[in-house]
Amino acid sequence: MERRFSDEVLAVAGIDLEVAEREIYAFLGPNGAGKTTTVRMLTTLLRPTGGSAWVAGHDVVADPSGVRRAIGVALQEAALDPLMTGRELMLLQSTLHGLPSAEGVRRSEALLDRVGLTEAAHRRVGTYSGGMRRRLDLAAALVHEPRVLFLDEPTTGLDPVSRQAIWKEVRHLNDEGTTVFLTTQYLEEADQLADRVGIIDRGCISAEGTPESLKAEIGGSHLELRIAEGGAERAREVMARFGELMPERDGILMVLLPHGASDVAPIVRALDDAGLAVESLDLVKPTLDDVFVAKTGRHLEGEAQHEAPGTAPQEPPVEQAAPA
Amino acid sequence: MSGLAADLRVIAALGRRAVNQAFRRPQFLAPIVVFPTLFLAVNTGGAGRAIDLPSFPHVHGFLDFQLAGSMVQSTMLAGVSAGISLALDIEIGFIDRLIAAPVRRSVIVLGRLVATMVLGALSALWFLTVGLIFGAHIQGGVPGFLLVVLLVALCAAAFGSVGAALALKSGKASVVQGIFPLVFVVLFLSSAYFPRDLLLQPAETIAQWNPMSFIAEGIREPIAFGMDTGHTLKALLGIGIVGAIGAALSSWALRARLRSG
Repeated sequence: MERRFSDEVLAVAGIDLEVAEREIYAFLGPNGAGKTTTVRMLTTLLRPTGGSAWVAGHDVVADPSGVRRAIGVALQEAALDPLMTGRELMLLQSTLHGLPSAEGVRRSEALLDRVGLTEAAHRRVGTYSGGMRRRLDLAAALVHEPRVLFLDEPTTGLDPVSRQAIWKEVRHLNDEGTTVFLTTQYLEEADQLADRVGIIDRGCISAEGTPESLKAEIGGSHLELRIAEGGAERAREVMARFGELMPERDGILMVLLPHGASDVAPIVRALDDAGLAVESLDLVKPTLDDVFVAKTGRHLEGEAQHEAPGTAPQEPPVEQAAPA
Repeated sequence: MSGLAADLRVIAALGRRAVNQAFRRPQFLAPIVVFPTLFLAVNTGGAGRAIDLPSFPHVHGFLDFQLAGSMVQSTMLAGVSAGISLALDIEIGFIDRLIAAPVRRSVIVLGRLVATMVLGALSALWFLTVGLIFGAHIQGGVPGFLLVVLLVALCAAAFGSVGAALALKSGKASVVQGIFPLVFVVLFLSSAYFPRDLLLQPAETIAQWNPMSFIAEGIREPIAFGMDTGHTLKALLGIGIVGAIGAALSSWALRARLRSG
């Protein structure tokens, strides 16, 4: 699938992916990577400019109504009307999906109860907290019992407690048989929730697999070191003798450890011999951020866009779309 | 449920939401009721002796003559409000919720227009009640009263379609709000507030072809002069012209918006 917004802006540069039924698939990538544009195409909100896609057996271009009947969508920033009450929104959503009135009321009340919003259902959405809005948005997406649920950055901006509540509900839905396609820029979210992760960067999928297989792909642990001021250049030379250097983040030097924890002591000794003072030291097991770095040459977390020395992005350079 | 019944149910639900929205956001209701009412009070109080001018049609009072202008002004502002509300739906992403649902795209706009029609009818009831309280006579009696309510409601929907077109095209409430002053220009270049014969050139010629004149005169007739089929048909023609332009532009803008996402 491809989406071009203009001659210069190619937001999604040709994505191939397949999500199995009852799977939780996470699209992991930084802002502007093409996550939202992909979701908007898969949910029929945006026409692809190239390629094709089927959702729940329906072609997104030839049979958009079929897709819409089969999917539930909770978009980024919880697009809710602040003037409506939670209950009104649920009933409107059930009407939009053609549920008979009595059935709409029954399902709305059940879902409001499920996401813990029964007591707040009479209040206007404008008075809800961020977490409540996300839970309401999730409940609204479920009112017609969709086969496939799209969640676009479902926990962005939420506090840890609200995030956990959303995760719990997503797992619960998946246990009940709903296929979930979610986008996120949080490593932990992808790691915790997803059966499979697709790493997207600059409109292309850089890597795909289970979180474990992706981490295993890039090898073992790495060492993070903060060196006293003025010693970074010399430290890099020393560390490079022991393993491949990784892109720096916030002044922290990183090196991959080919032999795991047993490499730590020789590195520290070598730095000491070189007269370099180590301010802090961490042995870190691989994370999805390491996978992201290995595949793209940049960090995902904190959106520190440092280019790895000598590391070129694997994907063809494409412009990033503002709408994504 | 048949396709049409399902569409009507969604239109009613969206219309109900839009009416509630107007009542919950007083700043949207104010232009429909408060501004035209103040304008009516100032105009009637300050220029009431205009009916003594030569060429001014014989009416019971200036208030009877002015009511139609205020109602047309109210419906035009209702159209602007409808456009602003739709643009806000686009800005906050609520329209994506509607587009992602298995409903016909046109019902999203129709729901908004039904609400504007209801607000137009309520506006007509307000102005007719105020008029009656302050001494206006409705020459057309009860049928005239009902005809005015119907024409004003249809007129509001027609202007709503123009507001919707602007909202769909721009996607920005501030742009739709920007046409607010244009409402007054269009109205002053019609016979909404003064008889055509008393306008200077080129205003008189413009007013002669301005659909607002047809609409205002069609609404005025049952109030100030009695039932007249010719004026009613002309009003319906004016409403039809505005509505057809609005519908065509809305349809084009909606298609463009869906294409661009």
